[in-house]
Order: sequence, then structure tokens, then C-alpha cells
Amino acid sequence: MSDHETATATANTSSTPRAGDAGGGALAAAQAQQAQIAQLKKVKKQKVLLMGKSGSGKSSMRSIIFSNYLARDTRRLGATIDIDLSHVKFLGNLTLNLWDCGGQEAFMENYLSQQRAHVFSNVGVLIYVFDIESRDVERDLATYVNIISALVQYSREAKVFVLIHKMDLIQPMTREDVFDHRVSVIRRKTAEAVAIVRKHKPEHQLQQHPQYYQQQHHHQQQQQQQQQFPPGGPGGAIPDIDIDMQLFATSIWDQSLYKAWASIIHDLVPNLSVIEMQLASLGVAIDADEILLFERTSFLVVSKWTSREGERNPYGDRFERMSNILKSWKHTCAKFTGTPRNAEQFSDFEYKMGANFSIFVTKFTTNTYILVCMPPGEARFNSAKLNVGAARPWFKFLDGPAVPGPASSQMGVGGAGGYGESGGGP
Amino acid sequence: MPPAPPAPLEHSSAPVDAEADPLHRRFSSYLSPAVLSLQRIDEQNRQQQLQKKDGAKVPDPTTTQTKGKPRLLLMGQRRSGKSSISSVVFHKLPPSETLFLESTARIQKDSLNSFMEFQVWDFPGQIDIFDNPNFTFDMDAIFGEIGALIWVIDAQDDYLEAVARLNATILHLQRGYPHINIEVFIHKVDGLSDDYKLDIQRDVTIRIQDELSDQGIENAPVNFHLTSIYNHSIFEAFSKVIQKLIPRLGQLEAMLTNLCRTCRFEKAYLFDVNTKIYIATDSTPEDMASYEICSDYVDVIIDFTEVYGSWQRTQQWRDRLEGEPWNQPLEDQAACEWAESGMVLTDAQRPIMLREVDRFLALVAIMKEGSYDKMPQINMNVDVVVKGLTEFFEITKPKETRVTDKGVPSGGVIQT
Repeated sequence: MSDHETATATANTSSTPRAGDAGGGALAAAQAQQAQIAQLKKVKKQKVLLMGKSGSGKSSMRSIIFSNYLARDTRRLGATIDIDLSHVKFLGNLTLNLWDCGGQEAFMENYLSQQRAHVFSNVGVLIYVFDIESRDVERDLATYVNIISALVQYSREAKVFVLIHKMDLIQPMTREDVFDHRVSVIRRKTAEAVAIVRKHKPEHQLQQHPQYYQQQHHHQQQQQQQQQFPPGGPGGAIPDIDIDMQLFATSIWDQSLYKAWASIIHDLVPNLSVIEMQLASLGVAIDADEILLFERTSFLVVSKWTSREGERNPYGDRFERMSNILKSWKHTCAKFTGTPRNAEQFSDFEYKMGANFSIFVTKFTTNTYILVCMPPGEARFNSAKLNVGAARPWFKFLDGPAVPGPASSQMGVGGAGGYGESGGGP
Repeated sequence: MPPAPPAPLEHSSAPVDAEADPLHRRFSSYLSPAVLSLQRIDEQNRQQQLQKKDGAKVPDPTTTQTKGKPRLLLMGQRRSGKSSISSVVFHKLPPSETLFLESTARIQKDSLNSFMEFQVWDFPGQIDIFDNPNFTFDMDAIFGEIGALIWVIDAQDDYLEAVARLNATILHLQRGYPHINIEVFIHKVDGLSDDYKLDIQRDVTIRIQDELSDQGIENAPVNFHLTSIYNHSIFEAFSKVIQKLIPRLGQLEAMLTNLCRTCRFEKAYLFDVNTKIYIATDSTPEDMASYEICSDYVDVIIDFTEVYGSWQRTQQWRDRLEGEPWNQPLEDQAACEWAESGMVLTDAQRPIMLREVDRFLALVAIMKEGSYDKMPQINMNVDVVVKGLTEFFEITKPKETRVTDKGVPSGGVIQT
């Protein structure tokens, strides 16, 4: 026992200079971005449309991601009638107004005619779900084109995510080909639809560079991520492209669903560049190999940081896998404790794999969990845990707009102070 | 050779000693009177067993000092789910994919490497080995080294014929091999209501007991389990079956019970990591919920290990970590060479802990609320028990091989 204590203490003192550096860097950066933060402190509301043909799985995926349903429980869900509106609170400062639009044809026609302006104005994100097993592909595409036209007409800034769903029903060997084929068809149709709408408007700019279109693909993931999140952090200079669109192959029976939703969420999270930067300085300070930040209820990855060594991990799909593992663990806990599924189930998890690696997952801010994968070593592990605890104030802003203006300036200072404290502790 | 036997014997008493006082290890060569008397008793028991085997050719079911590995036979009507069971439990096939399994045409023999080596024989349902006009089976080859016979009954089907065949089988076995454990899996009970499940179990039990007592057989070793591959029940049933084949299970259980008492654990399991079968637990009442959470915890650990432990770290990484200010090889920086893990549940602050014992086994325990602060002491206690367990499995192994190698062991050598 005393052995442990001394080890921790030495580790702390030894890590002081590094922690101090990181704290200082983050402090300056935090100040620089204070204006931006203060602006973004308001709760951001995003209108998210969830559309697709009836029975394609819209409500199922929504229930799994946000209501902690098990995949097999979704059988109980009935057809959505008209629009099922829900407000999902994500982190502290983002509310998703999720419009789950029933997909039967009568409803679809209604959205496109009478409710057109109501449904399609002020949309932040459109998620369109295709059922890969659908018999009448032509008709699906025709409906899709109509929806896209209406979207471009009323909310030209909206992002589009196309999920090609129920991929588990396709033979694993042919999945990739089927997906690629469908992707090219959908892209063509989208381009056509956009072109037609733009023709009616004189001020349009019809420039479509293929490189703006990001294609989600299992094997291209690594490059893709770099493309998606340049080191400077996204959010700054997004080129003026016609339609911002990403495609995913999904299934509720594996982690692909988490991958798609994590990227949907990723673009919506406010202050993302701040989160990423602070996560990086924390990672460097505690010598981690990888840090993942999860949202509390959905366990979607909000942000991540990986060291150079961590990049060598052969599992490109590990982020969504972690989401999936932790979420199913949550179900097990709920069953064991008899508490509601949405309740918080565990507060702390640690795992030391001998001389290979150590991992801990712990409750971080009110709305997040943090996962840290790091090199082995008792002392290193304990000091990292303390430092993560000390870094909490840095991320306070994730918990929402409760802190008014002046307190936000304290954030940077308080964070650095907390950090120094843990480092200098005897 | 003569000096060899006393060493394992000294070890054999080690777990007992360790559990008695986990905080004080004893690694001296000094043998206390208690240890000595234990040695003597152990010696006597072993000789009795050996004599029994030589004489009556009846392997004692509680030990595995038979020639080969203990064998599990899976039998039952066709389409009752035998191959699905063995695929799910021993090959980690997802239950949903068992739909695509072909019907088994010949005896499938699998061997399972774990803390003990098992053979699993999957019999095609259409063959009746006792009444086959074309071919007579070598009964000794099949039943000679058997550990247990698992008879699978499809609960969602008409099971009268299955019960009749099972009865015939038991009657046959009772004549030649009365020591064989017969485990009846009333299978595919997912989707049946609890009442209905129990009704079926009662019905099957009565039919078999009646038939047996009509034939004048009492106390046949027949056990019943309700199982399904879609939940943990199949693993739990297999755990019970396999526990009966473990030599000196009582000592293992006593060790765990003691650990639970000293460390205030609610429940502790010793898991075979590959199959998620638990080979021992403490003496508190069985509790399906604890088993489920512990076995899922093993899954979580396996997944984490796969995702983050799968690649070889670079030398640079290692050099940096072993340099200033650590100045120690990574192996020395880690407290424990095996996996260890803990988790605190929010509900009642109950911690769960896991500790790897060796390549195959892991100790998983649910702790009492609020005991997470005492983790360091608990870890020490667990360390001691794990050491005891390791020794336990070491001594059960060499003994088996020794007996095997010699064929007929002479008492003199062992006694020295």
C-alpha cells in the first residue's frame, strides 16, 4: 500500500514540468478562443430531419442511439405516424430537435406539399435512410430526389447524411460492392436534383468538385479521418460547396450504426476545436496513447485524440467498437441492478493488462465519459488518473451554458490551477 | 524420481493454508503438523482411488486420473440442438448463426484446451448406439473414459420419444457404467413462460424417475437443466456439468468462500475465459444475475484486450517509457504481469473486479458496496489466492500425467 503511495507521489512530481507546460499552452489558447467560446455558450439547437421510406429503420436506429434500446427490442416498435418530434439533449449546450418523419407515401407527399416550408426550413441536418433490401429502388430514389430538392430550396446550408441501412442482410463478401454501387447512384441522383433546383435560381454557382464529396468507406477510414478533421480543427474554412453529403453503410446489429451517428454528431458539437485541442494537451501531459470522449447516454464518440504510437493500432473501427462495447455493458449493468436503462450505470473502470497497456474509463464531466489508453505502469496510471481528474474544469463548458460570461474567463485559469495542484502535490 | 512426489504434496496443502490466512504467505520449506497430516490423508485417498481403478475398471467420477482427457458426450434426438450447443459454447458461434448449421452425420470429436483438457463428442441424433443392426459400437471406447453424458431434449417439440430413448440409454448405462453422470438439458426454453418451463421439467423428471424405479434402479446420477443458447443458461448448465469433473472441487470452493469472507465479496467466480464456463464459485446461493454480469465483464475485458493489445508497440515507444524519469523496464513498472481490472457500478457503488489467474482462468468477483477504497488490500488477498490457485492447477496436472505414463503406478514409488 505504502509502495503505491510513494510511487504516485514521485510520478506526480516528475510529471510537473510537463503538466505545467501543457497547462500554460492550453491557458493561452483558451484565452485566445474565449470570444468564440462565449459566443458558443448559448445552447445550440439543431433541427435534424430523419427521413426515408417506411420500414427502412429510422425509428429503430433512433431508439438504439438515444433511448438505449437493444437491437432486438426494436421489433416492438410500430410504424411512425406523421412526424415524431423529440428533443434530445446532447452534452450541455446542444439540443437536437429530432424530426422522425414517418415514411409512408401519404405522409411523404404531405411533407413535400402542404408542410413543405414547415418541414424543410431551418434544417441543420438531413439524415436519409435507404433500405438496401428495398424492392423498388427506382421509386426510393425518386422520393429521395424530391426530398433533396425541397431541402436545397429551403435550407441550402443543411448537411446531408445518407445511411444505407440493413447491410447485415447482404452477404459479407459482396457488401462493399453493393455499397459502392449504391453510393454512385445516389451521388448522381443528388447532383441531378441539385442542378435542377439551381437552374431556377439565377445566383447559383454550379461547381461540383468531386473531392468535396467525402465518401465513407471502411478501408479508407484512416485517410478519411485526416481529411475530415484537419489538425487545425474544422469549422474554419469550409469551402462553398453545393451540398455537404456523406454516405454510410449501417446496420443495427453491429457497430456501423455508431460510426455513422458519431460523424453526424461530430459536425454538430459546438466548440469542437477547443475540445480537440484540450484533449490533445491532456493526452501529451499524461503520456496517453489514445483518449476518447463519449457522450454520457448515447456513448457516441464526441472527440478523440491519438498519439503517434496509437495511430499504429490496426483496428480502424475501434471508436465505434468501443461505443458498442460500453453500451452493451451498460445494458448488462441495468439488468443486474434493475435501474432504468437510461440511468448512469458505472462510474469508474480500470483495466491493467500486465506490461502491455492500461486503460481507464471514467465519468468525466456531467455529460461525458473519458476513455484513456496508456502505456503500462502503476505510477504512470495513478498520476494519469489524478491528472484527468484535475483537467475536469477545462472541460466544464461541455456541461452547458449554465456558467455565465465572467465565469468563462475563470475556466482557463481554474483549469490550469487545478492542473498545477495535482502536479505539485506531495 | 523419488524426491519428486513430496514436492507436489507440499503444494497440495498450499491452497488450504493460503485460504486460512491470505494475508500471510508461507513459502518456507517448514512443514507444519497440519500439513503433514494432510499429506498423509491425501496419500491414502490417492491409493484407494488407484486400487479401485485397477480392480473394478471403474474410474471414480470425481477424479480425472483416467487415461485420457475427460469426455463430454452430447446425445439426443436429431434437431434437438446438440451441434448448436457445442458451437456456441466451445466455438463462440453467435447464437443467431446456428440456424445455418448442417445436420451432423457422424460423431464430431472436438478437443478443448483449457485448464483441463476436454473432449467433446457430438453424436448424430439419428444413430441409436445401443440398437444398431448395421454396426456395433465399441461401448468401452465410447463410455470408458467418459466424464458426462449430456442428453439434449427439445422442449418446444414433442419430447416423449426423446424421453423414451433417454430412458433406454440410462438403463443400458446403469448396467455397465453406473458411475457416468447423466445431465439432461431441457433445451430451447427461451420463449417459454417460466411456469411452462417448470411444468416440462417436472414432467420429464417424473417420467424418467418412474421408469427407472420400475426397473429397480434408485439414485441414478441424473440431473436436469433448463437451457437455451440465446441467454446465459447454457453456459451455466455446462459450468455445473464441468464442475463435477474437477478433482477436489471442494477445495477450490473453500478457497473462494474464504476469499469472499475476508474481502467482503458478494460472489466470486473462477471463469474459464475462452468458454465463459465457471469452474468454481463460493458457497453462497447460486444467482443467475451475478453470473451474467460477471461473464459479460469477461467479454468486455476480452474486447478491450483485442482492440488495444493487438499490435506490437515500437521500440522507440518502449525506450521513451523506460528512460527518464522512470528508469525501469516496463515489466517492473507494472504491478502485475497478468490482467487485472476493476469497475464501480453507480448503483450502490458496488465494485466488480477481475484478475487473470493464468492463460485460461480468471477470477471475477462482485464486491460489497463501498469497498472500492480497500482495493489495495483486496488486491493483495487476491494475489495470494491466485497464487494458491496456480499451485492448485499445477499439482492436479502433473499427477494425471504421472499416472498416465506409468500405466499401473506402484504405491511404493509414491510413498518413497
